[in-house]
Amino acid sequence: MEQTTTKISTSQLNLYYGEKHAIKDISLTIQSNKVTALIGPSGCGKSTFLRSLNRMNDLIDNVRITGTVTIDDVNIYDMNIDVVELRKKVGMIFQKSNPFPKSIYENVAYGPRINGIKEKIMLDEIVEKSLHQAALWDEVKDELHKSGLALSGGQQQRLCIARALAVNPDVLLMDEPASALDPISTTKIEELMYDLKQHYTIVIVTHNMQQAARVSDCTAFFYMGELIEYDATKTIFTMPKKKQTEDYITGRFG
Amino acid sequence: MQRHFDTELSKLKSTLIKMGSIVEQSIEKSIYALLSQNTELASAVINDDTKINSLEIEIDNTIVDLLALQQPVASDLRFILAAVKINSDLERIGDHAVNIAQSVLNLKKHEQISSSMWETLPVANEVKRITHITKRMLTDALNSFIHFDANLGESVLLVDDVVDMLNLQIITELIGLMKNNGALIDQSLELIRVSRNLERVADLATNIAEDVIFIAKAKNIKHHSAE
Repeated sequence: MEQTTTKISTSQLNLYYGEKHAIKDISLTIQSNKVTALIGPSGCGKSTFLRSLNRMNDLIDNVRITGTVTIDDVNIYDMNIDVVELRKKVGMIFQKSNPFPKSIYENVAYGPRINGIKEKIMLDEIVEKSLHQAALWDEVKDELHKSGLALSGGQQQRLCIARALAVNPDVLLMDEPASALDPISTTKIEELMYDLKQHYTIVIVTHNMQQAARVSDCTAFFYMGELIEYDATKTIFTMPKKKQTEDYITGRFG
Repeated sequence: MQRHFDTELSKLKSTLIKMGSIVEQSIEKSIYALLSQNTELASAVINDDTKINSLEIEIDNTIVDLLALQQPVASDLRFILAAVKINSDLERIGDHAVNIAQSVLNLKKHEQISSSMWETLPVANEVKRITHITKRMLTDALNSFIHFDANLGESVLLVDDVVDMLNLQIITELIGLMKNNGALIDQSLELIRVSRNLERVADLATNIAEDVIFIAKAKNIKHHSAE
């Protein structure tokens, strides 16, 4: 058996938007240096679950959460948790790439700079390393002062990944990171995930089941706020244990 | 762009090549055991079959995962489909090696053919020829797979008729021998069995060559369907 360590663990996690019980009693563990995919039909709670892993739901009014989410054995919903620190450690990539209206360089240097790094030589190093890791360096190294918004959609998304990596996170949450991209950019992002998991723990929400199959090591299937099945991706896509999972991944749903 | 899927495909290919070389050795050993009456070698062939069987299962599992998780298309898909068939063809060839080895043990058990008898047996030359050609076909089929060399694959297809003819010739002569001399029935039947197993190995080598042509040229030439 491969050695695995737990990075994130949720226990009886419930989340309510007002009266609506959006995620129900979710207990699962996410392993370090793996890609974990969350799949399920729209409204199943997978994005809500993802956002609860760096307390992005805190920003929404009327949200109530019970249960625990621990990252490296620390409950991130504890009173004394610094949410800014948490989000540094647990970065997020969204469906729609959202670079700042600044240069490529400034997009990546922004986070480290507000964290107090001032020396240009250090910033240069972080920018180059992050862009390398995001597989964007070779394409932009000669035009770092061009606006981030001038890049193609796929490049913008990789710029956002570089920006997230620049603050040295442990975990990357990705919410449909490739759904607005063409197939070649999608493949680049998928290959990137494969490389990044050597150093980071990745959790990805995707509507694209084939993508979940291709990129992830573990897959969780959500339906109507419940976790129906969670297993190695190989198992989920070759011999799922629950009929609901089978019906969903084979497209027989409903 | 280098895909990590490519790494998995080359791993699959390497495992198939490894299996191919074990199977090729089994066939060579079983033939050598036959021609030299070496029962120790024959027993080794029978023992090696478990290795081949477990590789077959390992490759099967890999293929199921690749199909389910990577949704291969075009040349990737053709390669994986061919791999499914080559895997099962190789396993069958391994079984034929075991059958030949078993015949060697049977022949020895009853002291049915002594070394000197080989020289006097009317079909000895044909048996040697069929072993030689079949071995060569298998080696060429495996090499054509290693290099995805459709030309080498096509050369394998051309020889299959020769093996069929030799097999028929051996069987006919042995039937004649049995009619004339009842004492030779047991060993004749055993040699017929050997010959038929070799003929099947040649067929399976042909299948592998056809699969290589399918991978390399996207052409299905089974049953002369491309003509």
